[in-house]
Amino acid sequence: MGAMRRMWALVMRSKVDREIEDEMRAHVAMRTEDNMAAGMSREAAERDARLRFGNATVIRERVVEHDAALGLDAVMRDVRYALRGFRKGPAFTLVAVATLALGIGANTAIFQLLDAVRLRSLPISNPQELAEVKIVGGNHGFGINNGPYAQLTQPVWQEIRQHHDPFSGVFAWRNRDRLFGHPSDARRIHGLDVSGEFFGVLGIRPWQGRLLLPEDHTTDCKTSRVVVSYPFWRAQMGGRVLAANTTLLVDGDLVEVVGVTPPGFFGMAVGESFDIALPLCEPNPAQRELFDRSVMGRLKPGWTMDKASAYFGALSPGIFNATAPIGYSAEAVRPFTRFRLGVFPASGGVSNLREEYQDSLSLLLGITGLVLLIACANLANLMLARASVRQREMAVRMALGASRGRLLRQLLIESGLLAMSGALLGVVMAQGFSRFLVRSLSTEQWSVDLPISTDWRVLLFSAAVAMLTCVVFGTIPSLRASNSDPVTAMKTGDRRLTGSRERFSTQRLMVIAQISISMVLLVGALLFVRSFRNLMTLDPGMRERGITIAHIGFPLSHVAPDHYEEFKRQLLEEVRSVPGVTAAATTTNDPLMGGSWTHGVRVGAAEGSSKFTWVSPGYFQTMGIPLLSGRMFANTDTANSPRVAIVNQTFIRQFVGKDNPLGKRVRTLPEPNYPETVLEIVGTIPDTKYNDIRGATPPMAFVPAAQFPAAADGPWASVMIWSDTAPSSVMAEVKRQIGDKHPEIIVQTLDFETQIHDGLLRERLMAILAGFFGSIAAVLVMVGLYGVISYFVTQRRNEIGIRIALGATRRQVIGLVMRSAGLMLAVGVVTGTLLSLIAGHGAASMLFGLKPYDPVTFAIAIGLLTAIAVLASWVPARRAARVNPTVALRCE
Amino acid sequence: MAKNDLQGSLDLLILKSLSHVGQLHGYGIVLHIERVSDALLRVEEGSLYPALHRMEQSGWIRSEWALSETNRRAKYYSLTAAGKKQLASAEKNWEQVAKGVEAILRFA
Repeated sequence: MGAMRRMWALVMRSKVDREIEDEMRAHVAMRTEDNMAAGMSREAAERDARLRFGNATVIRERVVEHDAALGLDAVMRDVRYALRGFRKGPAFTLVAVATLALGIGANTAIFQLLDAVRLRSLPISNPQELAEVKIVGGNHGFGINNGPYAQLTQPVWQEIRQHHDPFSGVFAWRNRDRLFGHPSDARRIHGLDVSGEFFGVLGIRPWQGRLLLPEDHTTDCKTSRVVVSYPFWRAQMGGRVLAANTTLLVDGDLVEVVGVTPPGFFGMAVGESFDIALPLCEPNPAQRELFDRSVMGRLKPGWTMDKASAYFGALSPGIFNATAPIGYSAEAVRPFTRFRLGVFPASGGVSNLREEYQDSLSLLLGITGLVLLIACANLANLMLARASVRQREMAVRMALGASRGRLLRQLLIESGLLAMSGALLGVVMAQGFSRFLVRSLSTEQWSVDLPISTDWRVLLFSAAVAMLTCVVFGTIPSLRASNSDPVTAMKTGDRRLTGSRERFSTQRLMVIAQISISMVLLVGALLFVRSFRNLMTLDPGMRERGITIAHIGFPLSHVAPDHYEEFKRQLLEEVRSVPGVTAAATTTNDPLMGGSWTHGVRVGAAEGSSKFTWVSPGYFQTMGIPLLSGRMFANTDTANSPRVAIVNQTFIRQFVGKDNPLGKRVRTLPEPNYPETVLEIVGTIPDTKYNDIRGATPPMAFVPAAQFPAAADGPWASVMIWSDTAPSSVMAEVKRQIGDKHPEIIVQTLDFETQIHDGLLRERLMAILAGFFGSIAAVLVMVGLYGVISYFVTQRRNEIGIRIALGATRRQVIGLVMRSAGLMLAVGVVTGTLLSLIAGHGAASMLFGLKPYDPVTFAIAIGLLTAIAVLASWVPARRAARVNPTVALRCE
Repeated sequence: MAKNDLQGSLDLLILKSLSHVGQLHGYGIVLHIERVSDALLRVEEGSLYPALHRMEQSGWIRSEWALSETNRRAKYYSLTAAGKKQLASAEKNWEQVAKGVEAILRFA
């Protein structure tokens, strides 16, 4: 209370001064009047009044002193003093603030991303009530899985909808891309399919019009009414007020736009966004093995996640038995009926981005933290050097009666000001940096849409970081400087015979710490760079360059399902006839693109599962995969000829063994739409990568496209095109030729090599960022070492002068300086190696093709550090050797 | 009054004066103390104003500007609730000190 008032009084200082003066003037005037009333002359009366009152200025000072006693006034004075000091040494100030801004900015940016993908809740009311119903432990790849967020099948969702006691409301949703505009030049947009309860349960209010309601869902799955997202409305519909009958062309159908969702709402997946929300189709009969949706609900008051999990756990046997897919053997369907449902918190929505990047981001936060630590050590050394220059000033001030606390406060205020300006600048810089990072996460295929904001968590984090840096780089030098003994400091002046042992050890320790930390950063950077290089130079066993993937869809072509295969052959011929196309083939699964297609197989007594791909003849030539034995597929392999297969080496190892694989029979286990088939192995190929360049090769079997089960076929095809001309021109030409002939056909093309490289985005980012921070660390260490060695040389100038005067050679002097640098390097490298070994464990899962204790990496890191140390100490060492003994000694 | 006044006696005098009269300006306090003590005690302005300021910051007294009987703008001080409490404890304290001093004088 009193303190607050005093602080206020400080702010109002001039007003207070004036008031005191007024009060005193009134006092003197009243005394004068009384004196005159008592019979004095005016002059005598005034004189007496003033005499009695005493020195007004002194009194005023004494009055104000009560406020100053709090120390705030003095603090302001210290701040002004510090600012004056900064102005006098602009180079030091600039270096210090820039270093801090960089360090704090990098930390803030990474934390901001981590905050956005991991810590923030969905922009809905009471997000903590939101929970997702999932199969505990996942479905282990059972059936068909549609995207990363697909957890349940339609029949299971319908069962949950019937029995949702723990929830006040439940809804289902899925992400599905749609085609927007006329088929010939349709654009892919992000669709969000939602059940009728979706917007009601989430409590989303329309920005315009209305949102989707249960009555918008029709049983025939004909989409007629949709809502659009705010960004889509702004960008594609001009942000105009919706007219009564606004329509869009989606997937070739006209749909009516009934409303717009509010600006902040991006759907359920953090890092993604949707353009258009449509009623979720619930076909009857349902495809029971298709896992395509996520089911969420709001917990009723009184229900916990555990209680709700127990509830659904108890219902699970009934639900999964009632919804078991038909067409599997009893044995194959057993895992399905054993699934158990659980309830998991979903306040933060779902996020592929989170799954993929949160480890990397945490690691990066650690890296940037270490960089900041090195920067702090550098600043501490700078401050130490500055403090030693100011030793005389300190000594004089102490001799004049300044308390140790006063000096300590002065120095801490200086470092606090530096940290604060650094933090402010850092937060500003972080905005650009984090947005740049988000942009670099986006690829051609997968756009990242992540709202970055500076919320209280980010600000709190930066403030904490700034405070920590202030403590780290401010306290040690302050304690040291305020500890100096005025008598010795004044007596010896700036220069002594030898440096004080004690101060040196602090600086030495800090440089050693810097070397060890930067060793950790360098090892990390090298590990990520080398790991990325391993991936980039890895041979996947097939052609990457010059391959174009064309996705061709003809749902609007009115082709009867039993003619799909024939139509695809015709399309393939058309692609092959495009100038520049060397070879082309269809496939049911694009290699290295993440897709997976598994069937159970039995070969003799061996049983297991294998990847299956149906390809047209010419696939292996197109992809540059050699045949090891047997024959390729030919046009004579048709739907009516014997079923045949070409298998890879892993398949042979796992199912055939040492025998000759050719002629062996492979029996596939039945699945819905995929009846049991017996295939004869007619050829073998080497192992290639399957769906991920990082993964091990699984057993793989290829079957002729003509023998694909007709029931499973659809109006789409994936064509791999090999050309020797530029992929972009081939893509344009293929699109043009097919578009001319069939305007209703949708053609989308991708460059295979680009796609593979985009798939390595995380590794590339880690390599770039770790490399970047590693280089910063190296530069900081070089600067730090240089500073300390230079200081060392300056401090020991007299000693070196005497040594030279007594006959030491230049080489000996250089050796003297270099030895002291070498010692610090050696100790730093040893501790750094130990720390790197410990830290490496955390990164092990992100490395490819090398271990975290990779000796080559360590050798390179040590080599780099040695080079840095030599470089940093060579210049001061040379300077030491050039010391002129007469000049050095005369200075004393 | 002596420069080295006994601990807290100035505060006590000011508080007591204000509690007697209710509202006084600085000069009024000086006059009041002089008059009541039959000119035995004289408060120095050099001590009075810092004390008043300090007591105001401590919340014992409050002040407002008003016109004096001679039609002059002056700053009037009066006791707050906290000030009354402080006065009670200061009085008690003073009695103790006075008793102690008296005892010592009597012993000698």
